[in-house]
Amino acid sequence: MNVAPRSADFVGDAVTAPLLALDHVSISYPTRDGILTAVEDVSFTLSAGERLVLLGPSGCGKSTLLRAVGGFLKPSTGEIRLHGRRIDAPGPDRMTVFQEFDQLLPWRTVLGNVRYALQRGKSLPRPQAEEVARHWLSRVGLKNFVDAYPHTLSGGMKQRVAIARAFALEPALLLMDEPFAALDALTRRQMQDELLKLCEETGSTTLFVTHGIDEAIRVGTRILALTPHPGRLAATFDVPPDTRIRGTARFAELERQIQQSVFADPETEHV
Amino acid sequence: MSDIAAPKLVRAPALRRVFDGTPWRRAVILAGFALIWELYARWLDNALLLPTMGATLSALWAAIVSGELPDRTLTSLRVLITGYALGVAVAAALTTLAALSRWGNEALGLLTSMFNPLPAIALLPVALLWFGIGTPSLIFVLVHSVLWPVALACYGGFLAVPSTLRMAGRNLGLSGGRFVVEILVPAAFPQILSGLRIGWAFAWRTLIAAELVFGVSARSGGLGWFIYTSRAQLETASVFAGLLTVILIGLIVEGVIFRTLTRITVQRWGQEQA
Repeated sequence: MNVAPRSADFVGDAVTAPLLALDHVSISYPTRDGILTAVEDVSFTLSAGERLVLLGPSGCGKSTLLRAVGGFLKPSTGEIRLHGRRIDAPGPDRMTVFQEFDQLLPWRTVLGNVRYALQRGKSLPRPQAEEVARHWLSRVGLKNFVDAYPHTLSGGMKQRVAIARAFALEPALLLMDEPFAALDALTRRQMQDELLKLCEETGSTTLFVTHGIDEAIRVGTRILALTPHPGRLAATFDVPPDTRIRGTARFAELERQIQQSVFADPETEHV
Repeated sequence: MSDIAAPKLVRAPALRRVFDGTPWRRAVILAGFALIWELYARWLDNALLLPTMGATLSALWAAIVSGELPDRTLTSLRVLITGYALGVAVAAALTTLAALSRWGNEALGLLTSMFNPLPAIALLPVALLWFGIGTPSLIFVLVHSVLWPVALACYGGFLAVPSTLRMAGRNLGLSGGRFVVEILVPAAFPQILSGLRIGWAFAWRTLIAAELVFGVSARSGGLGWFIYTSRAQLETASVFAGLLTVILIGLIVEGVIFRTLTRITVQRWGQEQA
């Protein structure tokens, strides 16, 4: 069988240096009632070209983990390294697509948003930034909306702008924090397919957070399942290309397997 | 990804567009007020207490033609703009510090809660002691009247910026002054704009009041001084002409400057409904 759960403390290929390495990372933060541990002792690595999905129910710390990789918060213990260097601040080498629609700058047009990101994140001069921005916006199907302001767009279109912005900066690592969770089911499926195509065309390395098993199988090459309170790695699944096609027996089989091995508890079944 | 087609828009009929706008309703209300004023003043028939609108308008016209009123108005506006600009600049500096450091944050919170409730005009005696009679004193109280409401609004606006938008900015490697100017300020612009509006109204009020108080010995007084001297000479129609000028300037600033600013910024950006 292609799909075999691995042990949770799998640390990756030691021969080639990994693009991203998490080394016994725990993240806790103070709340009113005491210190909350969101993530406990998580280690994994990510090699170039991989699409790693962090899968788990809400409360498993997957978004917290992604934000730590983004540099927005610091691990309490352990270390996160990108290209062997410790991550200590956000940067355009790790572009994040957030779930919330207000990640776009409302005072800039669709084109302005992507162009501004290129000017600031990649220090491109304005004409060049505009050219690259137009290219990426047409790749996500927004050629006709370059001059629109974000508030006039639908949720799916806003996410397309955010995706175009992230891809345009050609980050070493693309971070996706449940980017389609706030979309309707039809749009979500379409966006998953289009994102998959973009990722395959560009060969981008992606860390994707979701609570949908089907979404994880659709977009990922490898899935790390997390259990909640506090978030810990539970199992790893590889997703071979032929499993990625919706409606196939392999897809359903992997979905069932993840469901059973990780989320068997009836409390967390409906993810 | 395949292209998404742009939606097609149909323009509404011309008559409908005219009647949907607000100006004509305002004109009707204004005409109603003018009529009530004129009728009441005629019925009262006491030019010393309440001149008719006609008398007020002719006094206004006479004061404009003689060059006195435009002169006074310009004097007032010059002081006003100086004080307003200074106040906004200090508010910008303070809120930037507050947005970037915890100490600045605490300092701004404390200062605004101390000074915002203090009427600017109450500082006039102190200003007179420090700066003497003249423009510097006026500017001092003006800065005080503008600074705190604007700083309060800016800071409140900064706090309300969604964390996702902040992270999106920091993701691009922005920090410090650039983060404040290019992310926080435009994101908080609806609140900043209303702060600027409130600051403007406070400043205009404070200035006229201050001029009324010590225009007495200033050689080139402003509009407040014009109102004060007209009252002293029992020219009530001129007092009303001066008041009308104060109101008109307020209306122009609000209706033209701030309305245009709102339309080309927060309404276009969808941060405020048209």
